[in-house]
Amino acid sequence: MSGKEEILSEVTTKALHKERETVGSPFVENPRMTCREVNVYYGDKKAINNVNIDIARNEVIAMIGPSGCGKSTFLRCLNRMNDTIEGCRVTGDLRLDGMDIHDKNVDVVPLRARVGMVFQKPNPFPKSIFDNVAYGPKIHGLAQNKAELDEIVERSLKKAGLWDEVKDRLTQPGTGLSGGQQQRLCIARAIAVSPEVILMDEPCSALDPIATARIEELIAELRQHYSIVIVTHSMQQAARVSQRTAYFHLGDLIEVGMTDRVFTNPRHQLTEDYITGRFG
Amino acid sequence: MRTPYLLITIAVLACGSYFLGRSRAFAVAKGCGGVKGLHSLPGHYGMWTALWCAVPALLVFAIWNAAESPIITALVVAGLPAEISSLPPSKLGLIMNDIRNIISGNITSGDPSPAIIKAAEHYRALQMISVDAMSAVILSIMVAAGLTIRTRISPTLKARNKVEKLVQLLLFLSSAIAILITVGIVLSVLFESIRFFKVIPLSDFLFGLSWSPQTAIRSDQVGSSGAFGAVPVFAGTAMIALIAMLVAVPIGLMSAIYLSEYAGSRFRTIAKPLLEILAGIPTVVYGFFAALTVAPFIRDTGGLFGLSVSSESALAAGLVMGIMIIPFVSSLSDDVIHAVPQTMRDGSLALGATKYETISHVIVPAALPGIVGGILLAVSRAIGETMIVVMAAGLSANLTANPLKAVTTVTVQIVTLLVGDQEFDSPKTLAAFALGLLLFVFTLVLNIIALYVVRKYREQYE
Repeated sequence: MSGKEEILSEVTTKALHKERETVGSPFVENPRMTCREVNVYYGDKKAINNVNIDIARNEVIAMIGPSGCGKSTFLRCLNRMNDTIEGCRVTGDLRLDGMDIHDKNVDVVPLRARVGMVFQKPNPFPKSIFDNVAYGPKIHGLAQNKAELDEIVERSLKKAGLWDEVKDRLTQPGTGLSGGQQQRLCIARAIAVSPEVILMDEPCSALDPIATARIEELIAELRQHYSIVIVTHSMQQAARVSQRTAYFHLGDLIEVGMTDRVFTNPRHQLTEDYITGRFG
Repeated sequence: MRTPYLLITIAVLACGSYFLGRSRAFAVAKGCGGVKGLHSLPGHYGMWTALWCAVPALLVFAIWNAAESPIITALVVAGLPAEISSLPPSKLGLIMNDIRNIISGNITSGDPSPAIIKAAEHYRALQMISVDAMSAVILSIMVAAGLTIRTRISPTLKARNKVEKLVQLLLFLSSAIAILITVGIVLSVLFESIRFFKVIPLSDFLFGLSWSPQTAIRSDQVGSSGAFGAVPVFAGTAMIALIAMLVAVPIGLMSAIYLSEYAGSRFRTIAKPLLEILAGIPTVVYGFFAALTVAPFIRDTGGLFGLSVSSESALAAGLVMGIMIIPFVSSLSDDVIHAVPQTMRDGSLALGATKYETISHVIVPAALPGIVGGILLAVSRAIGETMIVVMAAGLSANLTANPLKAVTTVTVQIVTLLVGDQEFDSPKTLAAFALGLLLFVFTLVLNIIALYVVRKYREQYE
């Protein structure tokens, strides 16, 4: 934590922070990603307002907030998926290991290989289970031959906890799996290209409680190898899986802090109102 | 009462009975605590009454009209003088035709004899009686039905269920009509074809390598051998359709991909209708274009390379036909590509795939059933197309694999066989039906293959 931050968190109290200014500890030592003064516009509308936050190595950071608060929009800045949305403009300084990812010279192809993403609705490709996982390694040329590809696929499926369930039917379509299995397949697909960061956009909102529990276990295991940014609507899920929590409100990053601290002792009035269920 | 007036009266009475039934339902409802006390809405009772009025009336109308002509004819024949009514059926038919022609004021064959004129008057009188009687019967049925049903309306009458049943029946009949008409078309072609195959053996038709459907009228006529081998004709069809698909599929598919994946929304809204205009151009205009612009161009270009190109060539017709069916491929493919969920694109892009990798590995495979459907629609359009081929590919049935030669197609041959005055018992004319039947079987097989392909991919991808 930088010196400036410590001072900030000491002097600030709930009463002082009616304004939309980030409280808590958004910055960390030796971050994986840094985001400074990030603004996102959809046409003339400002969707994200001056967000500053770091993403640490080997942490799970949860982004919570009411619907439309911009948490998914912010998440999509981290691998430039907002590029695909017409009329969307991102300003500010976003870095992955010190490299400016919104620089014009940066190619999104290697960037997205380093920052993987899992979506709200499981979206396996209309291909076999094997081809779904092999898709990324193939387009990035990660495997020299079939044996290497087989090995990558097996390793990814094992990491995603899906191997035992699908090892006998790798040639069957990925779309034939159950919802929870499909989502784990999508996670396997993302980790097959060996990313450093995995972005998860409400990965469990389309799943039943048992499948959700399975994914949450998986997130805890994956943390050993990756930084994970998870957007979630469920505060219980944020509390269960994350080490840090960031609370967004109407495009502002209101509060960031260690998860237990944010949920037990929120410093900002808006955070407290949200987690005590007063709105959202 | 004349038939049109009768039909209008039936319609007016049916409408009237609707309101009659409805008002009756309201009246009944008063006795049982308002409309809520009725089983169905008042409109249902009205509809039920109207149906009971109209449907029997229309049935009687249809049956009466079907039975009228034979009965009147029999009566008129019975009234004819003995020397006429004892004529053989074919002569008698001619006389009956004369009688009908006199009634409708058409020209008759020669001067009608007094007996025939008398018979015509008899015929007309019978017709008048018949129509009047029918009107009377129908109107009394309607009035009787309307009044009876009116008294049957009660709060417990399940009019809604009955009306629903009838609607279902109506819808069933509509779909049955479509199927029956198809069956009818097939049968009409089939029976004429069977007549053809009685003269020309099926194997000669299917495997014969020469097509020259001129049959000799006189036995000493020259050059009218009458060869009915369908192979050259179908080969021509296949070649032109193949050339057309070679033009239309790549251009159509690529323009669809550009429009749906790369083009901005403004360009798309302008370009897509413009492309679809291609499908709206009358084929005869494409024919001009093929015959006057493309075919000479190909001939001259071929000449530069020392190739002998006939001024009517399969290539010219195929190219222009390909241009014509581009919108079939592109418009349908564009729709199905557009319908591939955005999550598929996101999933691929988020893995670091480029736009083109995403399209070729994810989007097109996901949209493939629809794309195949569009292509097969285009194929059947290409096979059925006539005008361009008549104008640009010629009429000579060459069995050749050289697209620079003139060829002919099935549809063109059918047209040339049936144009002008024809005798419907010569194999030359009947050959058209045999060709039609074979073409029908051909497209049917194509459709079955298409269904199979689409289903196979569906199973794999959904």
